[in-house]
Amino acid sequence: MSTTAAPPPKKVNHIGLEVLNYKGSKTTLCAGCGHNSVSERIVECFYELGIQPWSVAKFSGIGCSSKSPAYFLGLSHGFNGVHGRMPAIATGALLANHTLMGVGVTGDGDTASIGIGQFMHLVRRNMPLIYIIENNGVYGLTKGQFSATADLGSTLKTGTVNDLPPFDCCSLALKWGATFVARSFSGDKKQLQAILKTAIAHNGLSVIDVVSPCVTFNDHAGSTKSYSYMKEHESILHDLDFVPHFQEISVEIPEGEVMEVEMHDGSHLRIRKLERTYDPTNRIAAEAVLEEAEAKGEVLTGVLYVNPSKPTFVEQLNLVDVPLSTQPEAKTRPSREVLNQVMEELR
Amino acid sequence: MSTLEVSPAGSLPDQTSHSAINDFSIQVATVNGSGSQTANTVLMRAIFQMGVPVSGKNMFPSNIAGLPTWFTIRVSKKGYIGRRKEINFLVAMNPETAQEDVMKLESGAAVVYDEPLKLNQLRDDLAFFPVPFDKLVAPVCPDAKLRKLVRNMIYDGIVAYLLHIEMEEIHKALFKQFGKKKAKAAELNWGAAQAGYDYAAKTFPHTIPWKIERMNETAGKIIIDGNAACALGCMFAGVTVVTWYPITPSSSLVETLIGYMRRFRLDPETGKATYAIVQAEDELASIGMALGAGWAGARSMTATAGPGISLMSEFIGLGYYAEIPTVVFDVERVGPSTGLPTRTAQSDILSTALLSHGDTHHPLLFPCSPRECFSMTIEAFEFAEKFQTPVFVMTDLDLGMNNWTSEAFDYPEAPIARGKVLNAEDLERLGGFARYKDIDGDGVGYRTLPGTNHPNAAYFTRGSGHNDKAQYTEREDDYVNNMDRLAHKFEVMRQHVPTPVVEIADQAKIGYIVVGTSDYAVRESVDQLRDEYGIPASYMRLKAYPFTSHLLDYIRHHDRVYVVDQNRDGQLLGLMRLELDADLIAKLRSVRYYGGLPLDARTVTDEVLKQEGK
Repeated sequence: MSTTAAPPPKKVNHIGLEVLNYKGSKTTLCAGCGHNSVSERIVECFYELGIQPWSVAKFSGIGCSSKSPAYFLGLSHGFNGVHGRMPAIATGALLANHTLMGVGVTGDGDTASIGIGQFMHLVRRNMPLIYIIENNGVYGLTKGQFSATADLGSTLKTGTVNDLPPFDCCSLALKWGATFVARSFSGDKKQLQAILKTAIAHNGLSVIDVVSPCVTFNDHAGSTKSYSYMKEHESILHDLDFVPHFQEISVEIPEGEVMEVEMHDGSHLRIRKLERTYDPTNRIAAEAVLEEAEAKGEVLTGVLYVNPSKPTFVEQLNLVDVPLSTQPEAKTRPSREVLNQVMEELR
Repeated sequence: MSTLEVSPAGSLPDQTSHSAINDFSIQVATVNGSGSQTANTVLMRAIFQMGVPVSGKNMFPSNIAGLPTWFTIRVSKKGYIGRRKEINFLVAMNPETAQEDVMKLESGAAVVYDEPLKLNQLRDDLAFFPVPFDKLVAPVCPDAKLRKLVRNMIYDGIVAYLLHIEMEEIHKALFKQFGKKKAKAAELNWGAAQAGYDYAAKTFPHTIPWKIERMNETAGKIIIDGNAACALGCMFAGVTVVTWYPITPSSSLVETLIGYMRRFRLDPETGKATYAIVQAEDELASIGMALGAGWAGARSMTATAGPGISLMSEFIGLGYYAEIPTVVFDVERVGPSTGLPTRTAQSDILSTALLSHGDTHHPLLFPCSPRECFSMTIEAFEFAEKFQTPVFVMTDLDLGMNNWTSEAFDYPEAPIARGKVLNAEDLERLGGFARYKDIDGDGVGYRTLPGTNHPNAAYFTRGSGHNDKAQYTEREDDYVNNMDRLAHKFEVMRQHVPTPVVEIADQAKIGYIVVGTSDYAVRESVDQLRDEYGIPASYMRLKAYPFTSHLLDYIRHHDRVYVVDQNRDGQLLGLMRLELDADLIAKLRSVRYYGGLPLDARTVTDEVLKQEGK
């Protein structure tokens, strides 16, 4: 009789799923692409927070970034739509089933050029959706043209100089009334995790602009969206820590050092001061720090703004609790008497 | 002493003529924004209430106030409700167009006009009835600011007297029109109508032959426009997500729907909405939202017109290829570009049938009446989910925005069917599924809805190449298989679309083929050809694209078939050319009208006679 050692218990999250359950298919993006790091962070965050994958719906437009939803959360429904129009698809789907958690991945071309209109209106509606802009300043899938977030004076690999000023998606989203605005860097694992987790907890639209370098077309000297440029110019606003609602807050923190923002689901975003004191619930301050950083030529990262209390579009529409998609006929087809009444009114 | 100036009696129709009773057309010429719509609706409704078949058509400008508008009311004891070219009775309220309106009349017609316009000097072969509107309105409407709006109700009283419309019916129609909440305004208008009637009774003898006499042809019927009928269809189809962008002539479809949904689709227990209605930022967004909602399991729809259809083109290709149900209403108008946005046409048949890039085909439904607007809307939602594809309901401005007399609508007896959707229990039993695999041979795969509580529910939807399992592929065989399955699915749809109306005339060598609102004029034309020229003609009204085999049989049966199109290029005919064999195409002839007005019978009849060499 032989004995075999019991296999080591698999590591699972608080809903009993392994990290494998959060992975997607193998990436087809270039090795070293910032987008792959973002996909990895999404996998980690959804796993660690114990979000059920089949309660999530993924959305994207067109471009390298928009291919990435295939590479995370393979057990979630996904919809890779048309260029610049992911907000519309996500809005329709999330109205059909408002209990879904929506994750949208887009790029700077998809959002700031062809899709700027839909992006604006998504913000205006405060549609509950995690909206991740994988921002590399360049069109990758069509081989290296400037996008509308490319900085003035930055150059393509060919040496072509960009002579138009960039859109700053964070700054625009703030102006349009976004309820969660953050910027991060695909290379900053800890910060991006904290921001993504806060976005998962946020009730409303989360706009996350992630500088995510394109190793093939925009990682050269002269690019302002390269790894080396970010290393030199990133200015980190604060140190972030996310405490999920299911986790006891155990460590006492000295007063004055840390600010806490309570999210809709009872989670907390813990913000540790670095060089400056910054209150991310103050929208005017957010606009000011962004302008300041721009003037200094810095790329400011962190949670720029959060407003956990503004009503979402779903709340404004006063939808029934059961998703519209599965409402039974008894609720969606009025009775024979109603038709008779309407006919009588028209006689 | 009467101010009436009557032309030589011989030029007027015989007063005892049978045709003068319940068979004529009234035209009211006004400026838009003057409140004339209320006066016109009341007039039409009063005739309807007297049991006489009646139709009203509004010819209005793309403008808010101050431009010419014509409303024609056709009274037809035989039940013809298409537009009639000949006007028998004109109410000329618009100084800008009055002269031209009068000059267009056929000899013997009657004209009610604003006295200062002195229209009686233009011709001596018409019956003129001058009315001092300003003098009459002042005593009944002390508030000078309101007089412009109330003034038009005076002609209701004049016309009622001259055409023997019962004033009790004018009263009833007027109070129905204003509703209980606006009783004061109704009273004011009623005073004006009475003042008109009294003036006419005192001033004008009954000299004209046209007359409304009570019938019993409208009992139980309703008056409704096609857009409202589509809106009711949506509500009873169980629509849950509605997205739209305002565009003439479709806006009132969703606006009416909003009104009904607020009344009848709030959950009685919670007061919460069993629907979401979103006014989108443009048509790109409205169709995107409708597709997103359809993908996630809602019954979704959007409504638009030609320019919106053009904008939706890219997304519709995605809907076709990713196989997502939704319903799109196209209330057609005159194009290209802005065209004549307040005039009617069947202008999008060809472009919509093949909308988008790549190889695409879409099912189209063509209702011709409010009753069909209601029933075919419900069919469209069923069809979209059964075949997992965008379905277009093609109406037009004439149907959508004009008031029609209609039989009351029938309650949908068949339960709502959501098509091939697998739930968690199905997945547990099956272990998994392949989204685009043709299990049943009808080309339609099984889908799951996001949020289905099962680890095997997910699949990835994309507009790029995909295989049976919805996985990304650029393989030649995968792409071809998928496109062939979609083509097969479209062939299967042929067996399930509503079948055409066919009326084969005895001995007929020629026949008509029409869709939608061409019905009325062409049916009347069939009668004209038979009664006036002794030519028997058959009639076919298609209700859907893809075409069914009935079309082939019908063409084979006749020597020449006249395809009637309300567009310049013969789009319906063009769609047939794409599908039919050469021997059948050789039999097709084209009758086209594209002037922006509702089609009339005489135009059709004359064109056919010309082509027949008669």
